Amino acid sequence: MEKDAKDLKEIKCVVWDLDGTIWDGILLESDDVKLKPKIRDVIQTLDSRGILHSIASKNVYDVAMQKVRDFGLEEYFLYPEISWNAKSSSIKCIQENLNIGLDTIMLIDDQPFERDEVNYEYPEVLCVDASEYRTLPSHSRLNPRFISEDSNRRRLMYLEDIERKREEKNYEGPKKDFLASLNMQFIISEAKEEDLKRAEELTVRTNQLNTTGKTYDYDELKMMLNSKKHKVLISDLKDKYGSYGKIGLAVVEKTKKFWNLKLFLMSCRVMTYGVGTVLLSYIMKQAKEDRKTLRADYKHTERNRMMFITFKFANFKEIGSASDNCVILENDLSMIQDYPPYINITTR
Amino acid sequence: MQLIEKVREFIKNHLVSLESYVNLNDEDKIFELGFVDSLFALQLVNFVEGEFKISVDNEDLDLENFSSINAIVAFIEKKRKN
Repeated sequence: MEKDAKDLKEIKCVVWDLDGTIWDGILLESDDVKLKPKIRDVIQTLDSRGILHSIASKNVYDVAMQKVRDFGLEEYFLYPEISWNAKSSSIKCIQENLNIGLDTIMLIDDQPFERDEVNYEYPEVLCVDASEYRTLPSHSRLNPRFISEDSNRRRLMYLEDIERKREEKNYEGPKKDFLASLNMQFIISEAKEEDLKRAEELTVRTNQLNTTGKTYDYDELKMMLNSKKHKVLISDLKDKYGSYGKIGLAVVEKTKKFWNLKLFLMSCRVMTYGVGTVLLSYIMKQAKEDRKTLRADYKHTERNRMMFITFKFANFKEIGSASDNCVILENDLSMIQDYPPYINITTR
Repeated sequence: MQLIEKVREFIKNHLVSLESYVNLNDEDKIFELGFVDSLFALQLVNFVEGEFKISVDNEDLDLENFSSINAIVAFIEKKRKN
């Protein structure tokens, strides 16, 4: 079924074939392959917009990566898949490693067979003929609505994450000791005007860990910042490898009897650290101090079940339904979980 | 392995930050001992669904059904009967 252009998500990762796509020639037949004209510019342009790149190529891994390195392009490609496996399985591996939706992945390949094979398995992946590579920078799904400081750093943050995972794999001993060794700092602050671009970007990009899927634009967020009835909280996570940037957002509306959590979201990049529970606990504590109960709007989607579980296991109960197919959850705040010992929490 | 042993083993292996898990009793309220994060919660639900071939519906996602090892076992048994 064709979807309206407005329903199609922004592309988060472009996956490139190598032979005949990034370079002219077939590497295993001749080492003398030439980069396609302007391909470097295309890759760099998209990278600067916070769009990630990866590789799905049927090739010999070491030979192909050496060539990519010779061209000075290695740093741009995250989780390259170079093997003789079906491209659909390569795409799946990349998708899992990056933890993004298949419907945010674009494959560039000169072989119609490969594009069809991927689309047969995953119709939501956008497959584009390599001959169109020059037009990519003007492609509508490769032009994010916002480019924030976090989008510029996105690739670096993923690289830091790869290093982190590698160390975690090699770490011997209990997981809690590993987590403690990361020196995690979770900073919760009242959003300021300069955070709003990133806040808006978060509402658009985050699907898995999002309570309502609502998006708020800059002006709406700004209005709430300046309103006494609202609280807009934004959170950062840092550890010894670097900063994850601003990864959490919560919008609270204060009423006479209760606080209402209109939106609560967390970037998927930090899913494994359970920091969603930390921000939620913080808001619960604040509401309790204000002698209110806490309500939350929640809208079920195909992807956000984890958020529902987070709320239900934090002792929220369903008490009714609201407009836009939302359900209303309420917490009497009789039981609030403490923060995990391995995360240092700062508020400001 | 008995149902309860499977549940016990899962909890002990996944409750990463619980210092005293060696002494965890079947009645202990897992979520009140602290430090249960959202990832653990999701893993627990996936474990119950995958291991015991039952589906955990939205209305089953209540803390009471998952509050302790005994509660989880009772919940699984109830779902299996239906």
